[in-house]
Amino acid sequence: MAKSQKISSDRRNFLKLAAGSAAALVAKSNVLSAQQAPSSPPATEPAAHEVEMLTTDRTGSDFMVDVIKSLGFEYICSNPGSSFRGLQESVVNYGGNRAPEFLTCCHEESSVAMGQGYFKIEGKPVLVMAHGTVGLQHASMAIYNAYCDRVPVYIILGNTIDATTRRPGVEWAHSVQDAAAMVRDYTKWDDLPISLPHFSESAVRAYKIAMTPPMMPVVMVVDTDLQESPVSQSAKLRIPKLTLASPPQGDSGAVAEAARLLVAAENPVIVADRAARTAAGMKYLVELAELLQAPVVDQAGRMNFPSRHPLNHSDRPGRLIAGADVILGLEVWDFWGTVNSFRDQLHRSSRLLTRPGTKLIHITAGDLYAKSNYQDFQRYAEVDLSIAADAEATLPALIEAVKRLTNADRKRAFQDRGAKLAAARQEARERVRAEAAYGWDASPISTARLAAELWEQIKNKDWSLVSEARSANGWAQRLWAFEKPYHHIGGSGGAGVGYIAPSSVGAALANRKYGRLSVSIQNDGDLMYAPGVLWTAAHHRIPILSVMHNNRSYHQEVMHIQRMANRHNRGIANSHIGTAIDNPNIDYAKLAQSMGLYGEGPITDPKDLGPAIRRGIAAVERGEPALIDVVTQPR
Amino acid sequence: MNRFVRHRSVRIAAAGLMIAVALIVARLGAEAQTPGATPGAQTAPAGNTQNGKRIFASYGCFQCHGREAQGGIAGPRLGPNPVPFVAFSRYIRQPAGQMPPYTSKVVTDTELADIYAFLQSLPQPPKDIPLLNN
Repeated sequence: MAKSQKISSDRRNFLKLAAGSAAALVAKSNVLSAQQAPSSPPATEPAAHEVEMLTTDRTGSDFMVDVIKSLGFEYICSNPGSSFRGLQESVVNYGGNRAPEFLTCCHEESSVAMGQGYFKIEGKPVLVMAHGTVGLQHASMAIYNAYCDRVPVYIILGNTIDATTRRPGVEWAHSVQDAAAMVRDYTKWDDLPISLPHFSESAVRAYKIAMTPPMMPVVMVVDTDLQESPVSQSAKLRIPKLTLASPPQGDSGAVAEAARLLVAAENPVIVADRAARTAAGMKYLVELAELLQAPVVDQAGRMNFPSRHPLNHSDRPGRLIAGADVILGLEVWDFWGTVNSFRDQLHRSSRLLTRPGTKLIHITAGDLYAKSNYQDFQRYAEVDLSIAADAEATLPALIEAVKRLTNADRKRAFQDRGAKLAAARQEARERVRAEAAYGWDASPISTARLAAELWEQIKNKDWSLVSEARSANGWAQRLWAFEKPYHHIGGSGGAGVGYIAPSSVGAALANRKYGRLSVSIQNDGDLMYAPGVLWTAAHHRIPILSVMHNNRSYHQEVMHIQRMANRHNRGIANSHIGTAIDNPNIDYAKLAQSMGLYGEGPITDPKDLGPAIRRGIAAVERGEPALIDVVTQPR
Repeated sequence: MNRFVRHRSVRIAAAGLMIAVALIVARLGAEAQTPGATPGAQTAPAGNTQNGKRIFASYGCFQCHGREAQGGIAGPRLGPNPVPFVAFSRYIRQPAGQMPPYTSKVVTDTELADIYAFLQSLPQPPKDIPLLNN
């Protein structure tokens, strides 16, 4: 819809001046107070002798692209929207649609979740652009997931601030006083720049804040007028230098005390959750565990520790926690839940798992930043030594402190402990193999069979599991050899369903340039939130193999309803109502094919699974996304 | 799809593990006493295997334990070679862990016996699966 060109022209001049010199603006403004009657009606049409300026060579959005490029973004994930049309046009034309490249997403939730997955492979954020109103409303659940998962996503929201220049109709519905308010409870920082210098400074600041642990999403609200107004070639605009903050390292005294407790301990246990931020994190954790010959319980918030390492005891946390005299937590989301058991019966109850006198140490950047409204911070953990710092950044100092304190006697004790742990690990591995055999030939296909068949096809390739390692009964985590930092990417953070499909595509996007085989075990209900991300993968040639864990239900919810029905003595006959995803069964292979993917299935006979996966991988290795629909056991 | 509430699942898993350990220990003990026989068979009431299989599905046992009772994160493996019937029955009526209680109003004693018969009838898993040696 057209708006007054005169007003528009004046408004653009106003902003051009604002960008160049606020003082000059004040001097040149012709301000009319409300109390003054105008001497004549304001002009609404250009005078006959004026030539209306209708085009320009440079706009505010061009400069914004300069700033965005300076921050090193590779991709913009976005569903197009008029409130950032100026910026989008500048990205694809002025910016050449390279670094960043605009990726077409079918839902803003997909845009953000793609960014979450991408970051956990690449270690840097994507840029998400969305309407400040309807786009952000779509995006908000995914933002919450990223916030809980301590993942930075850089979000730019379009908005039209000046009510007198909004296009009538839709632009009013797409405008808001305080766009970021909706997600302020679960973002780390936001700003609404009112000039281009303000934009550039805040844009750089936002990036720095997002990337400083604890990392979280940030929001920049960008006014349409600031995007679309001409910028004088003489305007003095600059981009501030970005210097990322070094991650906070633990206090030296506290680190020394942690080392003393660990070296003196007879049964120390290391619990790692979102500990390894980078490839170095896993290396440090392996070094610390091997120095101490201490078992590691990997809660899999990140790829922390090799799954087949003799000190990986993630599948027997209860026994280890109960026997520990010192527990070191590294970025543990729920430390209380780690050392307590909780019973979900009619009367909820909990019980401390640790023995009296067990010392608890926690190194977490979570203690450096907290918000009150959303309760993802979990129950208060009564630890003995709390180190408010980034765990990965603190590990080198802790390792050195442990080395200094380890004498020959302790080294012998550590070796003895290590030998016992290695034997226990081997026994546990044999038990897992034995358990995986039960239901091997079942139909629907067992999740153990699914994981084993998939592993058989990828184990000799450079693979990356871009879905949650703990889903599908955690069989991948138990059966596969996770060794490299990109072998899995942790979980959703906030348990907001609809995360897996888009985040796995985002992670696959990051893996693409390294030539890795991205594989995902895709839950059916999760895919149905926003399946359009499959089209995004096909359209942008993002190779990924999605193997469906299709149990035809929102299965966790089935179990919750079943729990309630039993508690109320009513039987579970109606537990499928509202939880089953059948009648009709969804044909996920056809869904995938309709969006340009290679699709196969539904696979119900376990003998057909291996060959189907092989064909899917062949498609992926041609550069296509592929989906194999597998009808599975519930868990 | 699983609405995966991670922390609660961890707790459920931990509790499930403890249950599993208890059941496995019980099973191993029983196996040691009666090698080659189905533990608890002597004390279990006679049950209808086919009805037990049907009930195992319709009463939702499979939701946590799998359709073949193979077990998983939410519930341990139940068969073949189930724990003795007395322990089995006691746990279902008055579970010490996370499992929802099934009172006799929901599952009758006869139906319990049928489910137990189904668990006893389950085949042993195949041996030497090459894919599990990777």
